[in-house]
Amino acid sequence: MSLLDYFRISKVGSASVAKERLQILVAHERSSRNQPSYLPQLQKELLEVIRKYINVGQDAISVNFEQDENQETLEVNIVLPDINTKNT
Amino acid sequence: MARIIVVTSGKGGVGKTTTSAAIAMGLAKKGHKTAVIDFDVGLRNLDLIMGCERRVVYDFVNVINGEATLNQALIRDKNCNLLYILPASQTRDKDALSQEGVGKILEELKKDFKYIVCDSPAGIEKGAHLAMYFADDAFVVTNPEVSSVRDSDRMLGILASKSRRAEHNEEPIKEYLLLTRYSPERVKLGEMLSVDDVQDILSLHLLGVIPESKSVLNASNSGTPVILDEKSDAGQAYADIVARYLGENRPHRFIDDKKGFFGKLFRSK
Repeated sequence: MSLLDYFRISKVGSASVAKERLQILVAHERSSRNQPSYLPQLQKELLEVIRKYINVGQDAISVNFEQDENQETLEVNIVLPDINTKNT
Repeated sequence: MARIIVVTSGKGGVGKTTTSAAIAMGLAKKGHKTAVIDFDVGLRNLDLIMGCERRVVYDFVNVINGEATLNQALIRDKNCNLLYILPASQTRDKDALSQEGVGKILEELKKDFKYIVCDSPAGIEKGAHLAMYFADDAFVVTNPEVSSVRDSDRMLGILASKSRRAEHNEEPIKEYLLLTRYSPERVKLGEMLSVDDVQDILSLHLLGVIPESKSVLNASNSGTPVILDEKSDAGQAYADIVARYLGENRPHRFIDDKKGFFGKLFRSK
């Protein structure tokens, strides 16, 4: 087994895959860590208000919080349904 | 001034208790009066690793509840008279610890000890939270493996936001990386995350690398901290870590694969 290993050094190992996956995951988790804890509740309540007037799906709204040195930005994105498929 | 060190990781089984036992022994052997506390209420194991399991009479929870004094509960180590162990309770659950109670005991220990090592339980619940809450320094024990690195990063977020230092806007906890169960051969083959890979992701100050070693199991089998096995690679790696923590300049070892062709050919594992 160890003799065979010796001739397989050139094979690309799984460590590089692990590193890439971790870098993406950790960056994502760090950005959500700094978000205020009220975001999910805010998103839920906004969705309820919008639904009083427009029939939108659960995933039609996205709330993003961004922070840099000078300012904090709250970005709310609402995707309105297509005019043709409107049903009220 | 006494310093409180938390040995933490988030993930279980990465070597927190092995590390707590080794560095507490190392600090005491260097002449510093040291206490090591098991925070894993209900699943204590530090006593076994330190080899004092048959001398436990009172525990951490007894002291918090006023059923015993601190001096009654502290067990003096059989190998080093500057080292004391405060075992966790095996019969209570994790809610037996309170922030106020833990804080009071740590304050009392600080009067008499130079270093207080807090062996954190796995997870991010109450025991782990209290183990890190009062810390000045954090030893983040990580394996070169995806779930361990992810959990360590999560733990770093908690250290930075939920500790006493963070809540009081004081200088943050000093965080150090201890990479354990490292296998230079597998890193060379591209099968394992390297020290640099892990540091790229966690951006922590590297205190040392502990190689995967048979001596760790041998040490726990016999109940002697692995740092006392001075001939072993893991024992030497822990001795380096203690020296570096105390400010000595020691080059890193056990990172590169030193085995030659024949070593590989005949290696047992």
